[in-house]
Amino acid sequence: MAADPFFEFLCRMGDNTLVLGHRVSEWCGTAPVLEEDIALANTALDLIGQTQMWLGLAGEVEGKGRSADDLAMLRDAWDFRNVLLTEQPNGDFGQTMMRQFLFDAWHVAMLDALTRSTDPRVAEIAAKAVKEASYHVERSGDTVIGLGDGTDESHRRMQAALDLLWPYVGELFVPDSVDDAMAEAGIAPDLTDLRAAYDDHLAKVMATATLTIPDSAFAHKGGKSGFRHSEHLGHMLTEMQWLQRAYPGATW
Amino acid sequence: MSSPNSAYPDIPETPPTKPRRHEWPLWEIFIRGQHGMSHRHVGSLHAPDADMAIKNARDVYTRRNEGVSIWAVEARHIAATSPGDKGPFYEPSESKVYRHPTFFDIPDDVGAM
Amino acid sequence: MYAQMVKSTGEGVKSPEDMTAEERAFQERIDAGEKIEPKDWMPAGYRKTLIRQIGQHAHSEIVGQLPEGNWITRAPTLERKAILLAKVQDEAGHGLYLYCAAETLGVSRDELTEDLLSGKMKYSSIFNYPTLTWADMGAVGWLVDGAAIMNQVPLQRTSFGPYARAMVRICKEESFHQRQGYDIMMKMANGTPAQKRMAQDALNRFWYPSLMMFGPSDQDSVHSAQSMAWKIKMNTNDELRQKFVDQTVPQAEYLGLTVPDETLAWNDDKGGYDFAEPDWSEFFDVIKGNGPCNVERLAARNKAWDDGKWVRDGLLAHAEKRAAAKVAAE
Repeated sequence: MAADPFFEFLCRMGDNTLVLGHRVSEWCGTAPVLEEDIALANTALDLIGQTQMWLGLAGEVEGKGRSADDLAMLRDAWDFRNVLLTEQPNGDFGQTMMRQFLFDAWHVAMLDALTRSTDPRVAEIAAKAVKEASYHVERSGDTVIGLGDGTDESHRRMQAALDLLWPYVGELFVPDSVDDAMAEAGIAPDLTDLRAAYDDHLAKVMATATLTIPDSAFAHKGGKSGFRHSEHLGHMLTEMQWLQRAYPGATW
Repeated sequence: MSSPNSAYPDIPETPPTKPRRHEWPLWEIFIRGQHGMSHRHVGSLHAPDADMAIKNARDVYTRRNEGVSIWAVEARHIAATSPGDKGPFYEPSESKVYRHPTFFDIPDDVGAM
Repeated sequence: MYAQMVKSTGEGVKSPEDMTAEERAFQERIDAGEKIEPKDWMPAGYRKTLIRQIGQHAHSEIVGQLPEGNWITRAPTLERKAILLAKVQDEAGHGLYLYCAAETLGVSRDELTEDLLSGKMKYSSIFNYPTLTWADMGAVGWLVDGAAIMNQVPLQRTSFGPYARAMVRICKEESFHQRQGYDIMMKMANGTPAQKRMAQDALNRFWYPSLMMFGPSDQDSVHSAQSMAWKIKMNTNDELRQKFVDQTVPQAEYLGLTVPDETLAWNDDKGGYDFAEPDWSEFFDVIKGNGPCNVERLAARNKAWDDGKWVRDGLLAHAEKRAAAKVAAE
């Protein structure tokens, strides 16, 4: 039996924010400067909050009594529906901020479109989340610009980060049957419609950052379908889910 | 680049045992809490420039929805009175008690004023 | 508390006759409850002691992120993860406020940071203990933040304006920290047998280190006497420790947990508990760098600072380029 595309879609939204929020929270206490520590924590907190809303709704739509926590803590890697970009390791601070910007720029466009969803629950979550994402993209974009156009070393590191992460951008925009069903129902936008504005946005930021967008359309895939995640996700889940797995049924 | 003492110019510098590092300047942050209220000094932070100072202020000082408007001023640009001014600056106003509403006895019958 | 054994002038409190006119006027202002502001005249010893104390306090907040940060990626629920992250973020904020207060005294944040990283300046002994189970997140909030609050609440009235104002802000924000810790402990103490065991184990490991946070008895300390005369220390270590024990023991009883002190007993005469002193030789070992986690904590801070250098330099270089371009355009 094919999974309910609406449930799948909600897991995609929630798993993106869950996995990326977790990654960002890994920085806790070790950022380059205190102000960045505090800012990263704010981003992670926003993303965790959005996860609670998306996965909460996913559980409701599924109708099997699973809570957001059940979905976050008790599914195995193959049931995760986040794009590969979000599960990539933090690397250095530049790599983290590049990953953040590449995601934020898509996220804000996606959420903006979702505020016009035919499903009022989706529109409501998106309306709250889009405000947060608008700030995220401003901050991550500024940081990419500052570091790209900073010293020789910071420029070199940012270019390396962009080269490394670029092949993970395509997955955000390539629709599959779940995306098609959502677009048809008017619940979510046609992903291909978001690409042109994204490319413009990126071109502007990267030009100011004096960074070169790789001349390649190659895109890794397998995250949002769950068909083939990277090896990184399993390790992340091992850590994230450990307490719930080791002490089943306990209340925390 | 600013010296960390610049907001407090009369503080003697500690002897320069090592050269000053290339540090992010210090910014003073002012936040207007509610519409209609004045901006109030809430604290300081470090940032490479004004844009980032505003963003950092948003992240550092409005974590609990404290603000609707943020000002950031680089600390070295703040002009301030020095302690010696205290007498001539402030004492004259102490004698102008009529500036304070409690100076005036208003009969209770008049109602709230 | 987060500042321990802060050295003052070491010369004891001067009698009014031995003070210079400036010193006497300064002491009179403090005695009258006036706040000292950065630009006011102050004795060199007051400035130095404050830099040490506020610096140590700030360092403690910063290093204090690490033991709790250790559990953020393993928090059992999304809500617990968010609460813990928000709490640790507050600690970064509190460190930031305190460094800014110290900066008004003529030292820069980067200078203080380097003194922490080189081991020249200290941070609270408590953060050299490991967090081994989720119950430790409860114990740290309940006991460690509880002990810190004992000290921080009176410090809102400290004589140095910027320090007092930072403490007001910190106390306001900290009000949820101890509660979230106790809330975790309640869940654990009322949970499965394994959770109960974790809770008791956490109390066993954190009880004495929490008592050590107040520092050894300082009733005969010349440093403390001077700091108290200057109102940068508001209570003796023993006073605060007693208050902490009196407050905490009933809370442990409510949880059904046992304080690991067989001598613990209510003393009607003094209206407080009699309790065993912690092992002060362990405390001095920790202060000297031989606590269970001293090496890891300092290494983690050093790594963060070293790894972050290119970021700090890069963003500053960009800001300077932009400022230069703006000047050129004008």
